[in-house]
Amino acid sequence: MKKLVLAISLLSFAASTAFADTILDRQEYMKERGKLVKQMGQMAKGETDFDAAAVLTALKGLEANAEKFDAEAMFPEGSLEGDTTASPKIWEDFSGFKAAEEKYLDAVKGAVAAPPGDLDALKATMGTIGGECGACHKAYRIKKS
Amino acid sequence: MAWLKKLAGTAAVVVAGCAVAGWVLSAPVKLDRDTLAQLGPGDAAKGERIFNAGGCTSCHAKPGAKDDERLQLGGGLELKTAFGTFVAPNISQDENDGIGAWSIADFANAMLKGVGPSGENLYPAFPYPSYARMKPSDVADLYVFMQTLPAVSGKAPPHKLGFPFNIRRGVGLWKRLYLSDKPVIEFAAGTPDVVLAGRYLVEGPGHCGECHTPRDAGGGSRKGEWLAGAVAAEGEGIIPNITTGPGGIEDWSAADIASYLETGFTPDFDTVGGAMVDVQENMARLTPDDRAAIAAYLKAIPPHPNGYPARK
Ligand code: HEC
Ligand code: HEC
Ligand code: HEC
Repeated sequence: MKKLVLAISLLSFAASTAFADTILDRQEYMKERGKLVKQMGQMAKGETDFDAAAVLTALKGLEANAEKFDAEAMFPEGSLEGDTTASPKIWEDFSGFKAAEEKYLDAVKGAVAAPPGDLDALKATMGTIGGECGACHKAYRIKKS
Repeated sequence: MAWLKKLAGTAAVVVAGCAVAGWVLSAPVKLDRDTLAQLGPGDAAKGERIFNAGGCTSCHAKPGAKDDERLQLGGGLELKTAFGTFVAPNISQDENDGIGAWSIADFANAMLKGVGPSGENLYPAFPYPSYARMKPSDVADLYVFMQTLPAVSGKAPPHKLGFPFNIRRGVGLWKRLYLSDKPVIEFAAGTPDVVLAGRYLVEGPGHCGECHTPRDAGGGSRKGEWLAGAVAAEGEGIIPNITTGPGGIEDWSAADIASYLETGFTPDFDTVGGAMVDVQENMARLTPDDRAAIAAYLKAIPPHPNGYPARK
């Protein structure tokens, strides 16, 4: 009996660590989005001067980042244990999750095609892109402590 | 055997006495005449601010409503809690399915006392334990604003609650324990007005404590751990600590908090998620002054460690 319990707990330990790297990788990947958005956000907040060229570079960075998104590889089934804020809803509605990323990618592409020329336009762009980050985080992410 | 009969008799009297006391204590309490007199005529333009601060659309609009749909308050959102599933009702202006036929006094009794028009106790899944701290004149403004919104036909499905939570009368006892119109945090004399304005928005219409404060065994807010974060009452996960205590938002400046409420970006440019997204979208519709007041209040309240258990 003891052996069985041990085996089971080892198994679940394995399950929670097997994806540890996958989880770390995707969090690094998301942090890159945060960093790129920050460059624009600091301008929007007035902490740095508006710089149209730097905005375009950041937007292209977001586009390149988004094109690397690979839902199946980054969010394999079962990778919701451990230090992650991924919600089980991702796997209950995987196509909805992928659709949320598509919508986000569209918003980023739209911004690259028509980059903001002044501060007000930048704020509007931030609103559109941030809205898509939030839409996905609303449905597919939970804080777990 | 006479003693047994006597005992049974006494027991019966005690039980009956308790039942009577329970019945009396659980009776719905409505607003008094003085409060009703303070309602005044109401002002729709001001009511829109209260509507946004109160986040009525988060629960009463159809799930996922965008743009103008958020003003169609037909209800239907399910709130899955430990007590069962509550379904937000239709509070649109439809006279039969919504609250179009309600008087201003009916509305104020629901918002401030959690009592429906026929005297029934409402469930605190409707966050009136916070709304009870609202000024009567703000409730009147909200009432008049809601009259400008469309009527939506169709009743929302009933709640799915097991015994004893399906007995509305019992909520009366709960209210005796937990319902209060007094502020949660007492501030010293001379506290800046901006902090007090924030207190009103957070503790009253904003109902931030309903999610961010842990609850006791009876389901009431633990006021000694105000806004310390909690295990989510609805759905999964936790709600973060928004005091300046360990695990909370000590390293956020007041400007960071105001900016988060406006744009949804955290200081390190993560974005808002979960149930907070709807709240943030409503906060974005308030004025910069209102958001600054909320931020000033959050920086002024007592710090607490996290109100939820650490990860296993
Ligand atoms: C299609 C869904 C989706 C979109 C779109 C999305 N995210 Fe995320 N994001 C997630 C998920 C899921 C996680 C949780 C990952 C985990 O913890 O395993 C996450 C986590 C994060 C994190 C935390 C990483 C960490 O250190 O734990 C940051 C920061 C972040 N996202 C920023 C952004 C920003 C900024 C945007 C928009 C520019 C964005 N995300 C768009 C799904 C999304
Ligand atoms: C957290 C979700 C939530 C929010 C936010 C919320 N409500 Fe409700 N509301 C409910 C639920 C659930 C009920 C049903 C309570 C019951 O049946 O006892 C309800 C009931 C009501 C009722 C009584 C309706 C009836 O037919 O008895 C009114 C009026 C009402 N809400 C108005 C509002 C207003 C105005 C706001 C914004 C200031 C608001 N609610 C915000 C969940 C919510
Ligand atoms: C319906 C429940 C709910 C209500 C009501 C609510 N919050 Fe939140 N709040 C959350 C959740 C869930 C999060 C975590 C968001 C995430 O996962 O990104 C959060 C996050 C936050 C954060 C960021 C904390 C952090 O560490 O990331 C702040 C600040 C905040 N809320 C302030 C408020 C204020 C101010 C109010 C009232 C106006 C409020 N909240 C009302 C659920 C709620």
